[in-house]
Parts: sequence; C-alpha cells; structure tokens
Amino acid sequence: MGFKPREEVADQGIDKRLEELSLEQIEQTINKALAAEMNARMTAYLQTCVHCGLCANACHYCLSHNMDPKYAPVGKVKDTVWEMVKKKGKVSKEFMRTAARIAYTECNTCRRCSMYCPFGIDIAYFIITTRRICHLLGIVPQYEQDTVNSHSATFNQMWVQQDEWIDTLQWQEEDAQGKIPLARIPLEKEGADIMYSVIAPEPKILAQLLANASIIMTAAGMSWTMPATDGWDNSNMAMFSGDFETSARLERLHHETAIRLKVKRIVMGECGHAYRGAVYDGPKSNSWMFPPIPVIHAIDFYHEIITQGKIRIAKKFDKPITVQDPCNVIRNAGLGMKLREIMKATCSDFRDVEPRLGHNYCCAAGGGVINCGPPWKKDRVKGNKIKADQLRATGAEYVVTPCHNCHSGIEDILKEFNVHMHVIFFSELLVDHCMEIPEHLKAKD
Amino acid sequence: MTRGYTMYEFVSGPLFWISLAICVAGSIYKLVTVIKLARKDKVVLPYMRLSYSLKSIGRWITPFGTRSMRLTPIFTAVAFSFHICLLFTPLLLLAHHELLGIRLIHLPDPVAHVMTAIVIIGGLFFLQRRLLVPYVNNVTYFSDILLLLLVMAPFVTGFLAYYQWFDYRTVITLHMIFGCVMLVIIPFTRIVHMLFFALTRAYMACEFGYVRNSQDW
Repeated sequence: MGFKPREEVADQGIDKRLEELSLEQIEQTINKALAAEMNARMTAYLQTCVHCGLCANACHYCLSHNMDPKYAPVGKVKDTVWEMVKKKGKVSKEFMRTAARIAYTECNTCRRCSMYCPFGIDIAYFIITTRRICHLLGIVPQYEQDTVNSHSATFNQMWVQQDEWIDTLQWQEEDAQGKIPLARIPLEKEGADIMYSVIAPEPKILAQLLANASIIMTAAGMSWTMPATDGWDNSNMAMFSGDFETSARLERLHHETAIRLKVKRIVMGECGHAYRGAVYDGPKSNSWMFPPIPVIHAIDFYHEIITQGKIRIAKKFDKPITVQDPCNVIRNAGLGMKLREIMKATCSDFRDVEPRLGHNYCCAAGGGVINCGPPWKKDRVKGNKIKADQLRATGAEYVVTPCHNCHSGIEDILKEFNVHMHVIFFSELLVDHCMEIPEHLKAKD
Repeated sequence: MTRGYTMYEFVSGPLFWISLAICVAGSIYKLVTVIKLARKDKVVLPYMRLSYSLKSIGRWITPFGTRSMRLTPIFTAVAFSFHICLLFTPLLLLAHHELLGIRLIHLPDPVAHVMTAIVIIGGLFFLQRRLLVPYVNNVTYFSDILLLLLVMAPFVTGFLAYYQWFDYRTVITLHMIFGCVMLVIIPFTRIVHMLFFALTRAYMACEFGYVRNSQDW
C-alpha cells in the first residue's frame, strides 16, 4: 500500500530481556495477565468492535503518517491484544518486540480515539493492558524502566535525594525573594490550606518553576506548604510502564503526605499525567473511589486566584500567543474553558487552536512516551506533524503548555518542523510578564 | 405435496420461531453475562450515572451529533440510513406481518423497496471501504466480509423475491433461511454491538462526564 515498515530501533530494555525469555514464559505471562483482565470491559470491547476504523481519524500518529494503517488505534490493538487473544499467548519474540514498541512508543493513551469510536471503546485500555504484560515480562524501554526504578527506590522520578530536594527549595526561595523579599517556600507547615506538589523534573532541571510557585503563592496570600519528606513528587511513570504495584504505592504516599500535613487540598504544578495519577488511577488503585483530599490542577488554581482577584494582572501580554490543551487535564478533566479564561485574562492577542478543548491533538510526549528516551525520540517527533501544523496555523509566536510532557514534546516538534514559537508555562507568563506585585510585598528602598 | 413446499413451511414456521428464541435467549445471556462481570469489576458500576449515559447515547444516535460523524459525512449518512433501514424494514414489512398473522402499522411497499435498496447499497459501500481503505482493510478479517454478506443476504433475496426474479419459491425460502441465520447470529457475532452499544457508550460517557468532568462526543 506504499506504507514503509518501521525502522529498527535498538533498546536494551526490550531487546536484551527478550533474548532471555522463553516462548513458554511469554505464553504463560500473557495468558495470566489476560485472564486477570478479562472483565466486563475487555469482554464487551473485544466483541463489540466492528473493525470500522473510524478511530484512525482521531490518532495524531495516524494523521501524521498519512493514515498509515499500522498507526490507526484499531491497527495497534490488532497488533497487540487481538493477536495475543487469538493465539492464546502463543506469539513470537518478534511479535512481542513490536507489541512493546507500539504500546510504549506509539500511543500516548490520550483517549482521543474513544471520542471517535461510535461505541466509546477504551482503546487506551488495550494499550495499557499490553504494557502490563510487557512489564510482567520485563520488556520495558530502558529509559522508562529507569524512571520507574527511581520511583521505586526514592519515591520520585529522577533520583532526587532528600537533601537535594530541600536544598533546591531553599535555593529557589532565595531566587523568589529577588522578586518578593517576603517570598517563602514553607516546608512541613502542618495545617496549611494547601500542599503544593510538583513532579521531579522541577527540582532537577526546571527549578525556576519552584521560585515561580513561591512568588505566585506569596502574592496571592495563600496558606501553603511543601513536604520535606518523600511524597513531594506527584509524577508517576509506573502507571505508564505497567507496574501498577509501584504506581499505587506512589499515589498512596502522595495523598498520605497531604493527610499527614493536615492540609485542606493539594494544588499541583503544571503537569497533566500527575493529575491523572493523583485523581483517577491513584485513588482507584488504592481502593478510594475519589481522591481522599481534593486535588486541584494549576490551571484550576490560577483560574481561582485570577478570577477572585487574589492576583492582579498589571499588564497583558501583547505578543500573539496560543495554547496547548493537555489531554489529561482538558479531555480528561474538563479544564479547557478555564484555561481559555486565564489566557484571555492575561493576554491581549490570544489565538485559539483548532481543533480545540477535548478534541485537541495530543503532544505525543505524554503517557510515558517521552520517558522512553532518546532511542525513540525520532519516532515520537515524526509521529506528531499534525500538532506542528496545528500550532503553525495559529500564527502565534508563543505557546503556553500547562503540562511538563506537553512542554518538552512541543519544543521537540516545533524544532523538527521549523515552527518558530517559544514554549512557556503559564506560571512563566504570569510571573515574568503579567502579574502585579502587591504594594505591601514590594522591596522598600 | 412437493419437498420444496415442506421446506417452505418449515422455514416460515418452526425455523423462524426457533431462531427468534435463540436470538432472544442468546441476547439475554450475553447481557446478563456482561452485567454480572461488570458487577465484579469495582471500577465500573460505582461510577455509572444514568444522566451522563443518556446524554452521550443521545448524541451518538443523532446523525452528525458528534465531531467524529461530522468529519466523515458520507460514512455517517450511509451508516445511519443503513442501520435505520436494516432495523425497521423487517419489523414494519406488511408481508412479514401477514405471515405472522399480526396487524401493525406497516410501511407502504415503495418505501420498503427504497429502504431495502438502501441496506444493499449501504452494505456495498461498507464492502468497498473494507477492501479499499487501507486502515479499514488492515483490520478486515474474512469474518467481517462474511458477516456483512450475511446481513445483506435477507435483503438481497427479499428484493429478488418481490420482483420474482429467479425461481420465486427457492428465493423466498433462501430469504427466510437468511433471515433466520441473521436472528441467530445477533448475540454470537460482532452484531452483538447492537446490544452492547448502549453499555460501552454509557461506561465511556460516565468516565468522561461523571468522573472526568468532560464530554465524549
């Protein structure tokens, strides 16, 4: 049909372990995992799918590859779970290599396809099931597994040690004091209204975002705290690698840390998957129907402090600017209109994307895909031309990405497809360009 | 009395009732099984809410009610016409009512003709799509083609019977056999989507609406 086969990519995490596995081990593991997953959803989905292919119109990988059938969501299910079910686990190592590649690097579990399937089949669930099987077999991309190992050993994604964490917060508190002398990052303040949690890349590589948080919280006059102990990292790559046991441990500690600090709610930084973990997957895997403590995403929090006048906008940002709707907080949390309200409150030349809100294209970095690391970067970036085209069409010079995965993913695709646009977080827009520092907090001469 | 006549009697009588019984019992069995399974799965029923389910199902049974449908207007138009005609032509056909000895509102003959033709044309449209569109062809198995042909068969033979092309007795017997086959396979093949549509859609509607404060259309 004129579609090229996939180029081979070497990944030690998959290739080396696959060599060691026997076909019997693969068969047994698949059958055991599938038996555990043969619930009402899987049963109904397997029988209901009429193979119509309408989901192909939803997937950014498929749209970016000229509707190549192997990137259609249903095509990915065919090359993973369908075959495993059909062959009762008797699949080859080569099949498993491709299945792992599809599940970890060619689907962001963004769930857009479920909005294009007439039956609302949860295709991402098939992909996650495939990842579970790969995790049980130990065939996980090396970089992704490293983040999970870090989670498992340190309760954060990037091997940040406790002294480094506290030290980074103190350093960023000092940076924040450059803007507001009274700015603080209160640690372990029991009974504060808010526990602010972030993902590990913030202290590790984007520390200025912690200073931004301090400036915003101080200016808005919030009662807040951050934990000095494990439980400060709200990210969760185990949720995406298929290691549900580690995933549940992480989410439990995050919530229990908030309970220990006796806060009223958790406010989290600009990250999509962390929200998914804390609000949906985490509670369910810990037998909570809903989060034991309310979790507020940064978009929601900024919306609250801007609309309630706790933060005043001194000057609107006047360069053309657009926005990325992160799947996990827009399609999967409905914060799309709030995001637009804060964009319009802070920018005079806001240019919306099309399609937008829940129908927006994924950044192709989320769902653990960017964590598969450099070996898979080319595939990831090539798989999202449609996003670069969408952003280019806005004519904007800046794009706000209220999610870490979106931020990195979009930076990569803009570079690849020569779209000249600056990628910023909303907190940067607020702190660097728009926010008014209240008189009483300004430095006195 | 010819052998053919006996066969005709058999298919228009006992075979139909047996098929209908299998269809109804099979459908109940399928629905009960999946609902029982859902009760075991702790993350399904506790999150289901009727209002979100109905809102989403309403959208998805309204032509062009979703972005997915608007993106593929020809497919949407064909799919809706096909399904409506597929469901209502056999239910509202005067000849069927007469055979069963019941009096119900029925379709005028010319309307029934057009509706039958729509099913056949729709089936051919789906067939060409299965063969020619790469991402559909990739997931098309022999069973998908067979299923489509089995669904079209009662309509093609019904059409032929009405116009008395070929041997009427043979064609009408075949028509009834295909009709019975159709009834029997509803719960046991992918046509079960007819029963499961509301369930899978409702679950996703609640996932998006009730749990995630969003929309699935």
